[in-house]
Amino acid sequence: MIEIFRNPNYDFIGKRKWAYLVSALITLIGLISLATQGLRYDIDFVGGALIQVRFEQAPPTVHKIRNAMATIGFGESVIQEFGDTREFIIRLPLTATSSQAVAQRVEGALRSDPSLGGFEIRRVEFVGPQVGKELQLQAIYAVLFAMAGMLVYIAWSFKSVRGGTAAVVAVIHDVIVCLGAVSLTHREFSLPVLAALLTVIGYSVNDTIVAYDRLRENRSKPSQRNRSFGDQMNDAVNQTLSRTVLTSLTVFFSTVILLFFGGKVLEDFAFVLVIGVITGTYSTTYVAAAVMVDWTIWAQTRRRGQKKAVAKAS
Amino acid sequence: MRRSLWVRIGIVALVTVGSVFYLYPPKKTINLGLDLQGGIHLVLGVEADKAIGSQTDRVAEDFKNALEKKGIGVRRVAREGLGSFVVELASPQSWNDAVTVANEFSIYERRDSDQTAGRFTMATSEREMNRLRDLAVRQAVETIRNRVDQFGVAEPTITRQGADRILIQLPGVQDPERAKALIGKTALLEFKLLDDSASVEEAQQGRLPEGAELLYQRRVDKETKNERKVPFVVQKRTLLTGAELNRAEVQADPNSPGNWQVSIEFNAVGTRIFGEVTEANVGKHLAIILDGNVYSAPRINERIPGGRAVITGQFTVEDARDLAIVLRAGALPAPVTILEERTVGPSLGTDSIRQGIIAIVASTVAVFLFMLIYYRLSGFIADVALGLNLLILLACMAAFGATLTLPGIAGIALTIGMAVDTNILIFERIREELRVGKSIRASIQAGFSRAFRTIIDTHVTVLVTAAILYNWGTGPVKGFAVSLFVGLTASLFTAVFFTRLLFDLIYVERRQVRTISI
Repeated sequence: MIEIFRNPNYDFIGKRKWAYLVSALITLIGLISLATQGLRYDIDFVGGALIQVRFEQAPPTVHKIRNAMATIGFGESVIQEFGDTREFIIRLPLTATSSQAVAQRVEGALRSDPSLGGFEIRRVEFVGPQVGKELQLQAIYAVLFAMAGMLVYIAWSFKSVRGGTAAVVAVIHDVIVCLGAVSLTHREFSLPVLAALLTVIGYSVNDTIVAYDRLRENRSKPSQRNRSFGDQMNDAVNQTLSRTVLTSLTVFFSTVILLFFGGKVLEDFAFVLVIGVITGTYSTTYVAAAVMVDWTIWAQTRRRGQKKAVAKAS
Repeated sequence: MRRSLWVRIGIVALVTVGSVFYLYPPKKTINLGLDLQGGIHLVLGVEADKAIGSQTDRVAEDFKNALEKKGIGVRRVAREGLGSFVVELASPQSWNDAVTVANEFSIYERRDSDQTAGRFTMATSEREMNRLRDLAVRQAVETIRNRVDQFGVAEPTITRQGADRILIQLPGVQDPERAKALIGKTALLEFKLLDDSASVEEAQQGRLPEGAELLYQRRVDKETKNERKVPFVVQKRTLLTGAELNRAEVQADPNSPGNWQVSIEFNAVGTRIFGEVTEANVGKHLAIILDGNVYSAPRINERIPGGRAVITGQFTVEDARDLAIVLRAGALPAPVTILEERTVGPSLGTDSIRQGIIAIVASTVAVFLFMLIYYRLSGFIADVALGLNLLILLACMAAFGATLTLPGIAGIALTIGMAVDTNILIFERIREELRVGKSIRASIQAGFSRAFRTIIDTHVTVLVTAAILYNWGTGPVKGFAVSLFVGLTASLFTAVFFTRLLFDLIYVERRQVRTISI
């Protein structure tokens, strides 16, 4: 039997003050990056046009492509290499032109410079501004409602509004960290990134519930009555530690495989997943569990204080 | 063996056979999204208000005719806003007669009556306008479906999205520009008389006679690509539309070698009207107009009884074929605009799918291997369960006709992750019970029942999330939610029901169990 841990007993919860510092720092970096650089939205969310071109011959320079684009008044387009040196993505700013014209005009412009050689237009995307805005709003609503749903279910199932709230706080922490990472690495917020973010939310809450569940089970045992809430939580985290490590390593390595071998299309998606697995696992102990412990301690001392006050008064 | 065990084996066998049945053969049953296989994705917005406008125009015209039929003098009938038109009588004396006529147009309500001025407004209700809007979108979906069917695309998706949008997905289409032109063309074919009395020069300076309009014939020179515009002054009144068509066929143009034309044949009503119109207007020019462009304006030499005509315009054979298709399928009730378009070339689709699938397979194999090495026989059981999970998931997608897209694959990835997690939870729990010194059977029993609560909680929470995402999300978010939802349901079945069954068969049902491989 291969075992990673045998009855581990690390003091996770006791070190939570340090973890708060780490969480605060990381979220702060993420938020600063989001505030200063913002998220670069893909055309799916803001509208615009995107054209992916693959050149047959020796790779042309971005400069040359830009000059060709300037002939049709799109010299301001964002031109990026995509995957390999012969493949480019050209993003056109949103203009009044409808989708019909865009691909043909770009094709004409690129043909006008014979030194660019033969090419193939491999992908054309056009998203109207209205559609983009709606997608953005609907994605935000969907995520917010999903979080509300989680909160309600956890609060009901574990009879603990604190637990539900702490779990959602952990999810929000993970979302900020992931978005911050996307912003810091100058990646685009695209549909695959959104899909990855949704996956991270699911993963994070799953991880949190496993710890909560162990806590609930332990608390029903009579021997646990006199132990502090923090100790009980720490036991739960330790008892589920081997599972947590196994699961997160499995998921981590499979997403790393996707990141390195999945190609350009899966790259951003896999990147968010890799970050998400790390933060999702971390946040279970050091956001969800820690917040719940401190909240409970705070509530207990306040109740005691009230009792004392009542006792004094009588 | 106990009877209940046979029932459980039966259920698993049924689910497995059912899944294989739905999934076979996989190439045909799993729809790949356009991001994975190439093709066109379009979201069209139907300008349904224009359908209401033209409906109101028609009713206003009918109303004017009805008044004139009764000998009531009309000064002006004109559309005002979307669903109403104003009527001004020549004299207030004929007020009562006009009101009688107005009462016959029951879906329009008479408002703002001013008897002394002889003026009133006819307006339709908001409800009626909504009905018309809805009808226009539904008709547009039907018409586009007809066109696409005739164009010949395998497995197109054409569905209504929300109030006034149409989602069109055409996998594997090679020539996107042509497909877009075919779908987006309104294809309103109209026959109108040329206004021979008017001068084209004056009309171009903005002086148009009453009831006439200025239209152009657009011709693109095939070599220089320059557009030439020839102006025509035509009477506004539409004599006949493409709605009365029976057939439209492609023919070689006898007068212009190398070019093609579309010959059309009217139905019985159209033939009668066409006969009457040509008889009454011998010597005049009849303009054939498609979507506001004059294609030709031949002189009527005599009455044309057979209900046949040709549309010429220096068409290539493809142009002519597409024109015949749109004429046969009928006009769109309102113009459409492209709100969203995604075209993925087939080569990109296969490239991305190949690399992506290799990576996904590699990471799945890594997970399988890990389980096998770490948990040995139990790991093997988990792997079989994971395989069954994927089988059920794909079979459900095939049965629902769901499309597999990149976000969908993300949903599957989360499913695999959670299914593995479920098995790890159970196995770690069994190990824990063994460590405490329980017997193998008791450990398995306790392991499953203890882990069960956790599994239910994690699955239900994520299922709730998936359901909410499905309900509130659009396209990509929905795709993610569907595969996640189906996958988690399958995971509950395989991890709790199927894995348990195998453990029971291997360890619990046997008389003597000395070792467990976990």
